[in-house]
Amino acid sequence: MLQIDGLQVELDADAGLVRAIDGLRLSLQRGETFALVGESGCGKSMTALALTRLLPDSGRVAAGSVKLDDTELLDLPETAMRAVRGGRIGMIFQEPGTSLNPVLRVGEQIVEAIETHTALRGAAARAKAIDWLRRVGIPEPERRIDEYPFRMSGGQKQRVMIAMTLAAEPDYLIADEPTTALDVTIQAQILDLLRDLQRERHMGLLLITHDLAVVSGMAQRVALMYAGQIVEMADADTFFARPSHPYAQALLRALPDAARRGEALAAIPGTVPPLTQHFTGCRFAPRCAQAHSACTAAPPELLPLEAGQHVRCVLFAPGAAPRDEAAERQAARSQTPWAVLTRAETVQTDADSGALTAQPLLQVQGLCVRFPLRKGFLQRAAGYFEAVAGVDFDLPRGQTLALVGESGCGKTTTGKAIVQLLRGVAQVSGRALLDGQDLFGLQGASLQAARRRVQIIFQDPFASLNPRMRVAALLDEGLAALQPDLHRDERRGRIEAMTDRVGLRRDALDRYPHAFSGGQRQRIAIARALAVQPELIVCDEPTSALDVSVQAQILNLLRELQTDLGVSLLFITHNIGVVAYVAHRVAVMQAGTIVEQGDAAEVLGQPAQTYTRQLLASVPRLHPLVTG
Amino acid sequence: MPQFVLLWTDVAIWLLVIALLAYGGYLRRQPQLASTWAKVFRQPSAMASSVVLAACLLLTLADSLHFRAALPPVAGGGDSAPATAPAFDARVQSALDWLLSDLVESREATYSQPLATHAFTKESLEVDGQVQRVAPRLVHGGGHLDDPATQWARDVSRRAAAGLAQGLAIGALLCGALALTLVARGTAPARETLSDLLHGHTPTPWRTAAATLLVLCAGGGVVAGLMSHYHVFGTDVTGNDVLYQTLKSIRTAFVIGTLATLATLPLAVVLGIVAGYFKGWADEAIQYLYTVLSSIPNILLIAACVLMVQVFLDKHPELFETGVERADLKLFLLCAVLGLTGWAGLCRLLRAETLKLRELEYVQAAQAFGVSHTRIMLRHIFPNVAHLMLIVTVLEFSALILYEAVLSYVGVGVDPSMNSFGGMINFSRNEMSRDPVVWWPFAAAFCFMVTLVLAANLFADGVQDAFDPRARALRPRRRKLMAGR
Repeated sequence: MLQIDGLQVELDADAGLVRAIDGLRLSLQRGETFALVGESGCGKSMTALALTRLLPDSGRVAAGSVKLDDTELLDLPETAMRAVRGGRIGMIFQEPGTSLNPVLRVGEQIVEAIETHTALRGAAARAKAIDWLRRVGIPEPERRIDEYPFRMSGGQKQRVMIAMTLAAEPDYLIADEPTTALDVTIQAQILDLLRDLQRERHMGLLLITHDLAVVSGMAQRVALMYAGQIVEMADADTFFARPSHPYAQALLRALPDAARRGEALAAIPGTVPPLTQHFTGCRFAPRCAQAHSACTAAPPELLPLEAGQHVRCVLFAPGAAPRDEAAERQAARSQTPWAVLTRAETVQTDADSGALTAQPLLQVQGLCVRFPLRKGFLQRAAGYFEAVAGVDFDLPRGQTLALVGESGCGKTTTGKAIVQLLRGVAQVSGRALLDGQDLFGLQGASLQAARRRVQIIFQDPFASLNPRMRVAALLDEGLAALQPDLHRDERRGRIEAMTDRVGLRRDALDRYPHAFSGGQRQRIAIARALAVQPELIVCDEPTSALDVSVQAQILNLLRELQTDLGVSLLFITHNIGVVAYVAHRVAVMQAGTIVEQGDAAEVLGQPAQTYTRQLLASVPRLHPLVTG
Repeated sequence: MPQFVLLWTDVAIWLLVIALLAYGGYLRRQPQLASTWAKVFRQPSAMASSVVLAACLLLTLADSLHFRAALPPVAGGGDSAPATAPAFDARVQSALDWLLSDLVESREATYSQPLATHAFTKESLEVDGQVQRVAPRLVHGGGHLDDPATQWARDVSRRAAAGLAQGLAIGALLCGALALTLVARGTAPARETLSDLLHGHTPTPWRTAAATLLVLCAGGGVVAGLMSHYHVFGTDVTGNDVLYQTLKSIRTAFVIGTLATLATLPLAVVLGIVAGYFKGWADEAIQYLYTVLSSIPNILLIAACVLMVQVFLDKHPELFETGVERADLKLFLLCAVLGLTGWAGLCRLLRAETLKLRELEYVQAAQAFGVSHTRIMLRHIFPNVAHLMLIVTVLEFSALILYEAVLSYVGVGVDPSMNSFGGMINFSRNEMSRDPVVWWPFAAAFCFMVTLVLAANLFADGVQDAFDPRARALRPRRRKLMAGR
């Protein structure tokens, strides 16, 4: 049994001493899958590093114990610890690309692990490695064992990583976001593989992830972390059926899906508190809809409820208000009049746009994008890579078209081509008609005019804002470039209006992007695009870098903007839940072409193509009990 | 009233000081940048070396105020020459020369050892009616002593002690002023601030700065106490004071270090960013240019340029009123040549960084707004590569000081009439190979140059740590954490 008790981890950062984990307690038995879930920065990865004693140089375990059976891991000498790492506790990391050494053959790396931790040597170890490659589903393992990692796809690298870790025959396996970097179909395969191997080898699996849906199919027990502490720990069934902590409830409600279409998502306001501060009360209280005076009085303890459930909340403390009442209060809050109102509005806009479908805002016809592969003297094009091969779709005014597909299918390229970002970079053919005007044929002033009407929001809010410019300058840039006739004061007025519109405070304008969290940055990016009053916004994975609670805020904002301003969205994403929630129409892309398109309900409900069906089947879903 | 002379390098140095002050003002409005700079000074080594560099900068500034002293009216000629324009000395002096005029005047005949009272070489002199080979007394070095053999040791130690006391007093005054400023600016009570300062508990290592200041002042005090009556670092072949030469060499090193680095910037930055941003044929052309440039041995290129400059200057003696002006123009042009030949490294670095940045989403967002290429390069690319430019500039500073020494040694460096570390080392080629060895000019140049370059390198290290996020991530922080567990 792997037992963590009272674990405290401190990190020395520029901002001060960060208490990354504060009093963590959990136990993992062999044959069990335990999921540690939480949003970024909650300390879940630090837990994995602390219990294998791989903390960064700036971090240290301040208190607590980690016991493997009867051995205290934190007191072991480093040499003994090396035998434990890999030998008894295996680890799989998020990024398969960087977990394998690129200059060693795959086989050498697996054999190395086998020879380090088992008695097998030489040919026997190699045979074992081939055996493991076969078991993790690598085709032709006898041949592929001598290949270098770059010859393998991301999913295959993760399989090799699993083979390498399991070849040492560990009793416990820590998988830190094992599928986050992978496509959804590959993710499903890897999760299946992990589940099978865990059962077969009777391992204890500590699955660390931010994705609640991944957990629901995998784990027997779940612990939800928030700001360095476990706030709720329960059996998976109980957790998903009757989440008790307000944070758990809010998190599950914040997940977008088809059932919540047309209503505002229950976003959790605010952001995770910085862990440098000293907490006097409940850490979730400032964001909690059910917070009252007792929440800030003293830090709540993790208390056991019935059926092995543990919750850290004063609502469940002995002598607190009866539970049903609390649940009712929460239910009343989630159904705000505003939600009802917007639902009515959505119906209205749907009707409006229905009348306008005769003339779509954007018509894309036969779009092909070819990237020249340059070689030799003066970089002449030696050949072409066809990223998009003949894409057609229509985007009606005021509606959302979701472009869905796995990485490398050409969906982002399509978006960038429409925003005219590929001029001079790639060969674009076909037409993109914006109100009947071909965007690709425009030059000079008419191109500038068209740029006003088509804008883009990017995936990574940390890369999409110039860190050396104040927010006001960031927002002003587009206006100054596209509407130079506007007076300074007018521009300033519009910028301030935009800041209000996306829900930022005015004093944000004088600050630099680094002062904001991911969600706030994405709001700034949205304000920047909106400032020039576009009719079409290409949203390139706008929420995939964000946490679930913040994702809900941004999705709500985008939906609100669409209802209020009638802007059309070309929504590029791989997240089917988000598609089901926001899209009116869906186009599924594969290898540069659209395999299926139509109304969202139709495509997602009765997919006609095999690929769509396969894609939808791979999406991990929450336990059906939750959606009710 | 003396006539002020503005030399080319003076202009450059003072412009640089103004730019530095303007940058300071700019930092006040840029809290983010200011905090990064604060991080530089939070490292004790960088703090100490910045104090040393500041002292060198002060010397350089004092040595960059040039004038020609007014000559006293010629006696007797007063009525025949009616109120003509006042006549000026043919020599151009600097404020530093004026301060050290004693050293300039105190010329001996030839070599003498540090703090010696007698010359290093023997001459045939008539002593007690007989011609003997003896080392003659020096004119200035210990000239005030009646019997050097008995008085020398006491006199030297007395003067050194007095100088040390004075130096320490001045140092203590400066440290006191520093402490007072900190107390006045801080919010904590004075006692607390002072105790923090004494125990080195301030986030910025002011204690290190104060200690460095004290050491500098003490050393300077000892030298100052002795230099009026002795040659602290001895004299060279023509009897000139070596201390004076080393102090003058600091300016040459500083000028080369700063101007030559700055001269590399325009080409490196413009070409690097243009190559990285536009890619395609512009990139190809620029890459070929710097690849070719870096394939030519640098010394060869510089020697060719410097010799051409030399010929030009020799052919046009009418352009200069004094020898100093000529030597100065040569120094200035040397910096330009070093700049024009040394931009390849930084250019390559900036090109690579720009290639990365141009794919970033904020650049694409600007493109989606139809912002012009020039504006994107100015507002989005340049500010985000500026830290690289800064790091390379401070690293190059010390490299170029060393390079100057190499060039002067080879004979294509600064004008022989101008004091420089390279020139001194070049001279000591012969001095070090004779017997008995004349070691002190070489040792003085060596020590001063190593101190300056080491300070510059440590400072550059600090700047790199603070400005390069990767450098910081790779270097573990060693701050003490709370005891526990």
